[in-house]
Parts: sequence; C-alpha cells; structure tokens
Amino acid sequence: MRKRGSKTALTMSYPNWFYLPAVITFAIFFIWPTLSAFYYSLTRWTIFDATFIGLENYAQFLSDPMLSIGLKNTFIYGILTSGLKTVLALPLAVLLTSGIRFKGFYRSLVFFPVLVSTIAVGITFSILMQPNEGLFNVLLASVGAPRVDWLGNPRLALFSVIFVDVWKGIGIATVIFMAGILAIPQDYFDAVRLEGGFWIKFRHVIIPLVRNSTFTVILLSFIGGLRTFDLIWAMTGGGPGFASDVLTSIIYKQYQAGFYGLSTAGNVILFLMVTILVFPLRSFFNSREIEV
Amino acid sequence: MKKTGLFILMLLMLMALPSLLFAAGKEDAAKAGGPVKLTYLVASGTDQTQAQVMADAYTALHPEVTFELELRPGGADGDNIVKTRLATEEMTDLFYYNAGSLLVALNPTETLVDLADEPFMDVVDDAFKMTVAKGEGVFGVPNQTAMGGGILYNKKIYADLGLRVPKTWAEFAANNEKIKAAGLTPVIATYGDSWTSQLFVLADYYNVQAAVPDFAESYTANRAKYANTPAARAGFDHLKEGFDKGWYQSGFATAKYNQGLEMLATGQGAHYPMLSFALTAIKENWPGEVENIGFFAQPGASADKNGATIWMLSANYIPKTTTGARLAAAKDFFAFIVSPEGIATMNAGFPPSGPYLVKGAKLPADVLPAVNDISSYIDGGHSAPALEFLSPVKGPRLEQFCVAVGTGQMSPEEAAANYDKDVANQAKQLGLAGW
Amino acid sequence: MNKRKRSLKASLGNIIVFVLMIAVFVMPFLYIILMASKSARESALMRFSLPETNLLFRNLGQVVSFRDYEMFRALFNSTLLTLGAVSLVVVFAALFAFVAQRKNDRIATLLMGVLVAGLMIPPSVVPTISLLRTLGIYKTLYGMILIDVALFLPFAAMIFRTAMTGIPRDLDEASYIDGAGPLSIFFQVILPLLKPAIVTVVVTSSVNIFNDFVGPLYFLPGAKNVTAPLTLYNYISQFKTEWNLLFANVLVVSVIPLLIFIFFQRQLVSGMMGGAVKG
Repeated sequence: MRKRGSKTALTMSYPNWFYLPAVITFAIFFIWPTLSAFYYSLTRWTIFDATFIGLENYAQFLSDPMLSIGLKNTFIYGILTSGLKTVLALPLAVLLTSGIRFKGFYRSLVFFPVLVSTIAVGITFSILMQPNEGLFNVLLASVGAPRVDWLGNPRLALFSVIFVDVWKGIGIATVIFMAGILAIPQDYFDAVRLEGGFWIKFRHVIIPLVRNSTFTVILLSFIGGLRTFDLIWAMTGGGPGFASDVLTSIIYKQYQAGFYGLSTAGNVILFLMVTILVFPLRSFFNSREIEV
Repeated sequence: MKKTGLFILMLLMLMALPSLLFAAGKEDAAKAGGPVKLTYLVASGTDQTQAQVMADAYTALHPEVTFELELRPGGADGDNIVKTRLATEEMTDLFYYNAGSLLVALNPTETLVDLADEPFMDVVDDAFKMTVAKGEGVFGVPNQTAMGGGILYNKKIYADLGLRVPKTWAEFAANNEKIKAAGLTPVIATYGDSWTSQLFVLADYYNVQAAVPDFAESYTANRAKYANTPAARAGFDHLKEGFDKGWYQSGFATAKYNQGLEMLATGQGAHYPMLSFALTAIKENWPGEVENIGFFAQPGASADKNGATIWMLSANYIPKTTTGARLAAAKDFFAFIVSPEGIATMNAGFPPSGPYLVKGAKLPADVLPAVNDISSYIDGGHSAPALEFLSPVKGPRLEQFCVAVGTGQMSPEEAAANYDKDVANQAKQLGLAGW
Repeated sequence: MNKRKRSLKASLGNIIVFVLMIAVFVMPFLYIILMASKSARESALMRFSLPETNLLFRNLGQVVSFRDYEMFRALFNSTLLTLGAVSLVVVFAALFAFVAQRKNDRIATLLMGVLVAGLMIPPSVVPTISLLRTLGIYKTLYGMILIDVALFLPFAAMIFRTAMTGIPRDLDEASYIDGAGPLSIFFQVILPLLKPAIVTVVVTSSVNIFNDFVGPLYFLPGAKNVTAPLTLYNYISQFKTEWNLLFANVLVVSVIPLLIFIFFQRQLVSGMMGGAVKG
C-alpha cells in the first residue's frame, strides 16, 4: 500500500522515459531529414550538388505569379473540407449510434471509402465526373438538368475535388464522433429525457459533450486539408491549367521539375503558414478541453 | 481477454519480422563468365514493351544474361525517381530514359558510363549522339526511332470532305471550319493528360526557327523571349484560336490521351496535334484504322517555309555504379541493340514511328503511311529538332500555361509572359550563366 | 392510430436513409466492380453499365498472375510493412500520449507541439535516403517501417491524447496505491481502456500505410520489394491505361485493407461501447 495523493509519488507513475521510443524515432526519421532539408532550402540543389544561395529560393517562390491562386485554393480547401466533415459527420454519428436499423451495415458503408487507396478513389471519381458519359451527368440528364463539366470547368474543379475529399474522409470523422457520443455517460441523457425530444438532446447534451471530438475532427481535417495532395493530384493534377492548384501541388511540381531547393523552400513556407494557423487554434481548443 | 490476444498477436508479429526480413537486401555477386542478371529500370507502358522485347531477344541469344525489369512511372514523377536513385548510387544496372535537356539534368559526366569510345557507337546517328552527349562524353544508345511532332490527321475525313493538307495556318483554319460544318471535331484536345496540350507550342518550332534562325541560341542566352518574339508566341495564339473558334471537342478539358487516339482513329475527330509515337498505340488498339492516319507538319505563317519538328525520345544508359561482369554484359546488350539483328528485332516487335537513328538501318517496306509522311519531310530537308534538344532551357509548367490558354482562362500574351518567368526560374535553378 | 403513424414515419425514414446510404457509398464501388468485369475495349468507354460478358474472374486472374505472380510478393511485403509499422506506432504513441496528457506540463506541451508539426511538414526525400543508407537499412522493410512509424506517430499521439482525457486519473491512482509500477499501470489499466482509440489508429494508419504509393517508390525500390499499390502502375502509364485491369487490380489490393476492417469492425463497434469509460 502506498500513500494516496502524494504528488511526487504520482509523478513517478508517469516516467519521462515513456516519451523516449516515440521521440527518438521521430527525431531520427523525421526531424533530422527535415532539418537537413531546411538547410537545402538555402541552396541551389540539383540532388548531385548544392550551392549556397541564401534566401533566393524564398524570394523566387514568393514572387511566383501563380502562387496567389494556390494560396487561395489551399485556404478554401482546408476550411471547406474541415467544415463540411464536421457538419456532416456529427449528425451521421448520431444516426449511427441511434436505434436505427442496419446500423452495423451503415457503419461499414460510411467507413469503407477510408479503406480504399486515395489514388483509386481519385481515378474512379474522375471517371464518374466525366462530362459526357460520366454517371453524375447521366443522372443529371435523366432528370432533365444540364450537364456539368465537374473537373473540366476551371471554376468548379476545386469544389468537385473537395466533395470527393469529404466523401472519402467522412468515415474517420464519423468514427471519432461516435466514440465521443458513446463515451457520454447515460446519466446525461437520462437527465434530459423527461424534458424533451431529440433536439434538446442533440443541442444540450451531445454537442457540448463531444467537444473534444469536435476539436479533434476540426484540427485533423483542417491540417489534412491544408496539406492535401494525393486526391488533387489524382483527379486534376492542379488543373485545368492552374485552376485547382494548391500549395502542395505547386511545391510538388517544383520538386518534379528538379528544383529541389526551391520546393523545399516552399515546404518551409507551407509549414510556417500551417503553424501560424493551427497552433493558436490548437491552444484555444486545448484550453477549452473537457475532462469527463 | 480479447485485448490480450490482440496484443500478443502484435508482439508476435514484431518478433517474427526480423526472420522474415532476413532475405531482403542481399546482393547476389556476379562472377565473370557465370550467369548475370541485369536490373533494368523502365517507365511502364510503351517503353516497357520495347525494353522487354529487346531484353527477351538478347537473352534468347545469350542465355547466361537475364534481365529483371523494374517499373517506374513516366513523366516528371519518373524523372525524380531516376535522379534520386542516381544521386544515391542506387540505380539499376541499366536504364531507359529521355534524351536532350532531361538527360543533361542527370549530370551524366558524373553519373553515367561514357560510351563515346565504344566501337558499337560508330553506327549511331550523329544527330542523335548530340542529344545524349555532354562535353566530350556520349552516354546513350537509341532503342526507338526518331519521331515527328505535328498534326496526326484522319485521311478518310480529308478524302470525304475533299480537303488538302494545309501548309499555312490560314489553310488549316479553313479546313477546320469545313470539318466543323460537317459535324466532326476539327482539333482533338486531351487536357486530362496535360502534356498533350503542349504540341501546338512545341511542334511549332520548325516555323519559329524558320522565322528567327538564331532563336535557340539567343533564347538560351536570355535574350529572345516568347513574349517578345511573335513567331514563338504563335503557338499560344493557336491554342487560344482553337478555343475561341470551338475547334476542340466537348469535354476536352478532362479528356485523356487514349480518348484522343480513339477519336482520331475512329474518325470522330480530324486532327490531333501529337508526337508520332502515338501510331504504335493506334496500331495496337485500332489495327484496321492506322492506315488511315497521316501526318503533316504544324502549319505556320508561310507555305514555303513549312517543315516538321523532330523529337529524339528515349535511350538506354549505364550508371557508373555498374561494374565488372555486369558492365560488360550491359555494353554487349547495347551493341546488340544497334546491330542489324537488333534492328530486325525492333521491326518485328513494334512498328517504327519514324526513321531509325542507326546508320544503314532501313525502315521495313510495310511501314505506316504516317511514318512515310514524316520521312519525306526529313528526306526533303524540311525538318528541325525540337527546341528541347537545342537548348537546356525549358520551363516545367509549359503544359499548365497551354491548358490555361486552351481553356480560355488566360490570354496568349499573359501566358507567354508568365512562361518566360517560368523559364527564368528554371535557368536560375540550373545555375545557367546570364540569368 | 398515432402509434401507427409514427411507425410509418419511422420506416419511411429508414427507407430514405437506406436509399441515400446505398446511393452515396455503394455506387462508386459498384462502378469499380463493373469496370473490372469488362473487356479492355468496353472499359475504355467508361460507362456505368453491365458488361457484355462477365470477365471479372478472367481479369482478376490476369492481374494476379501478371509478371510471375508478382502480386503475391507485393501483398506479402505490404502486409509485413503495415503490421510492423502499425504495432510500433500504437505502442510508441500510446506511451507518449499517456505521460503527455497526465503530466500536461511545459515539456509535454512542447513535445506534443513538435509532434504535431510532423502532421504538417511533408517529409523530405533525399536526406531521408542518405540517412537510411548511413544506417544500412535503405531498401529494406526495416527502413520503410521506421519511416512510416515517424510519419504516423503524430496522428496516433493526437488521437490517444484526446482519448486519455476520457480515462479518469482515479484509475491510475487506485492501481498505484495497489502497488502497480508505471509499466503495469500502462499495460494493464490504460492500454485496455484506450482500445477504441487503438482500433481507430490501427484501422486508419494501417490503411494509409498499406495504400501508400509514394513512400515505397522512394525508400523501398527494387523488384523484390514491390508493394501492393505499386502494382497499379502496371496498368496506368502516361500513354496507355487498361481500365478493366486497373480496376481489377484495385479490387485485389483492396482485399487486405478490407480484411483488416472486417477483423476490427466488431472491435470498432463493441470496443467503443464496452471500452468507453462511464462516469
């Protein structure tokens, strides 16, 4: 038997060496290569040799006339995907934790897109969204609506990709919300049961008590949205032209072109941008976190 | 208890990993005279088929040498794989890669085996050698024919509508209006594979150099620009004209290369600005239609200065990391490729899409009509290599600018000016003098 | 009367939900299967239609036997890679999140911040390859596993940290008073209660690692090391795409993620129900 509540004793149960496996792996296989890449962002780097050129890459990256489209698209993508996933996944999670029929089946369905490779999903949807024979337009035509060039219309392409991103990623958001809802102690529901119906329950119990899950979903999908790449690459390649370019696709194209220093500078800029956006958001969320 | 089970399962997996992985990463040492297995990196698709045909033929003659093909994606993704593996000295024993400016970016003098003094190089076409050379060194052996870049057209449509092959852009435009009036697509565009959008600009190079003979030189030296050279900007103007006049088919912004070929082969579209290697794919998929496909050079401002722009595509290279018996085997394989037996194998294995780059190698008698069209430009002296074989400067985003113009998002002037900036970026990144 | 009306309304709701779910989530997969059942020429038309003749099994067979049954090696490699990386991610991240959430001091916040940065920076290829070469694990599954561990730790740590907020400190304290050391508190008390979060992490990261296209391309080259997603390249190229075989290949390489899901699905549900802490 040990003494209860002694602070030092309790700290002993949380030894610092528990950090080590994660920190060491992360430091060696992530931080070290990333830091050396930061050095290369200050060089003209052809893979075969590197010449130090100071901040020239940064100047070049920021003076790109096409950068503004990419920046705008990145923000739209991050905000819309995280917003839509949050707004759609919460009701879905409520539905899938309710007494509805075929619950297990639906849970599998919603989660299934998460399982398939992004490239495969991208290819499939780009065919479904084809202007002439694509299923989307065949359906539209069958109800007499005009055909839409989902990915070929420069004004629409980005939003079509966002739609697919939400479709593919909503499974994870839903599972996080479901875990949150199921963790709500029954007493809370019992307390409001007498007073009212579903809306009361949703507004006064579920929404406030799944706050931690909401934060996780928003944060993860916002970061994921800002650094999204695979899906855009598979569906539009940033096109038509520059219409759906985001920061990561611009950076990747520079990388492809062999501008390794320049693209690394772009990565550093992306990193700073995400940090500036995400850290305040995260500490705000942390300060409002609830412990059940 | 389920959770403990899960955990034990995971731990078992972890413990089992080392033994399972033991075999990975072992190198098989090649002994002189013994069997040799050459690893061979190629892009999937056409290159892969061609490499496989040649490798199989060689193994049939020399059973002790076998090949293991490794696939990489094509396009810029593939470029990176090649560069990364060369830089980290982890390249396969031999590989298949582009000639021209892309080869120069591989730093060949540092990374590749110089073949200049090999006896088998004597038969290789000198114009081709220039595109696989840097300094004194010559690094590649051609595994493909040269190619024409211009307009592939459907001869049936031309016959049905009584059209003549255009020599000027005005004639081309007039043809397009007649084709459109007949309810067919005048010009096929397939921006879903955005590289295909560049042909109007790149295949116009014969016309550019006819108007401005020193363009390549002063372009490399940071003097000539697309924005201030009307002949060079014409390619962008053409893209815009096609969009404004509705020459492209519906859904062209996302259409794929394959669909473009189908439209051309089946006569839904009359013109497809393309490289002649497309003939291989047409022959494979629409064998009955390939005889109806012809080629003409991209029309320009003047009829007597019209000619074809020629591409040299891929070659085989050996990295410096290949040594000993593997190096000897790889060189012997190269000697086979340019030997008469090698050419015969190519002829049988895949149809030539242009003239061979090996001296004395003849095209077969049953060559495709479009290839004859290309050959007659070359034989008549009306051909010039594409800009990318004359200058190391090429902006990586040309295809994006082309799509932006061809979909009406950007004016030709704006695109030419922005593309010049893109070019300047590339020259700076290459560290070229004068930028 | 009233009751009947309500049940009618409920079953109408059920039908609407059912139809919507099928339309939104099943149609795309149906399309994949239809495409995989067609001939090369028919699939090139890309229509949403039944195949003229069902070639599904022929196509699947062709995809599996391609290049001397390379597919089996690919599936084997990918499975090993996934199992190795995911096991390490779960243990490392849970250890980390446990202490970080409980202490919640300056060091914990700092370390967590550094990890979260990992969510944001795309990895850099060439320095990573040099590192692997120095360590002598380039072109081995070990190297790829460790890279994936580093890449997926941040996400897992975040999920676990959130989940830790739902596990009352009283539990640690109680077992501490019973004489349990930190390791046994972690393995016997915390880890079992993290099960729903573990299942989330296992499912999402194993799927991502299994489906990763770019990582193995750079860090695990060599025909011997082929992984499942790379087999898709056999049918996509810049110049030619065989849609029917491509989609058949998609089906084949989706089998293992699907099995992972089926294996964990009951845990995903029951684990969440049972593992959730009440009060």
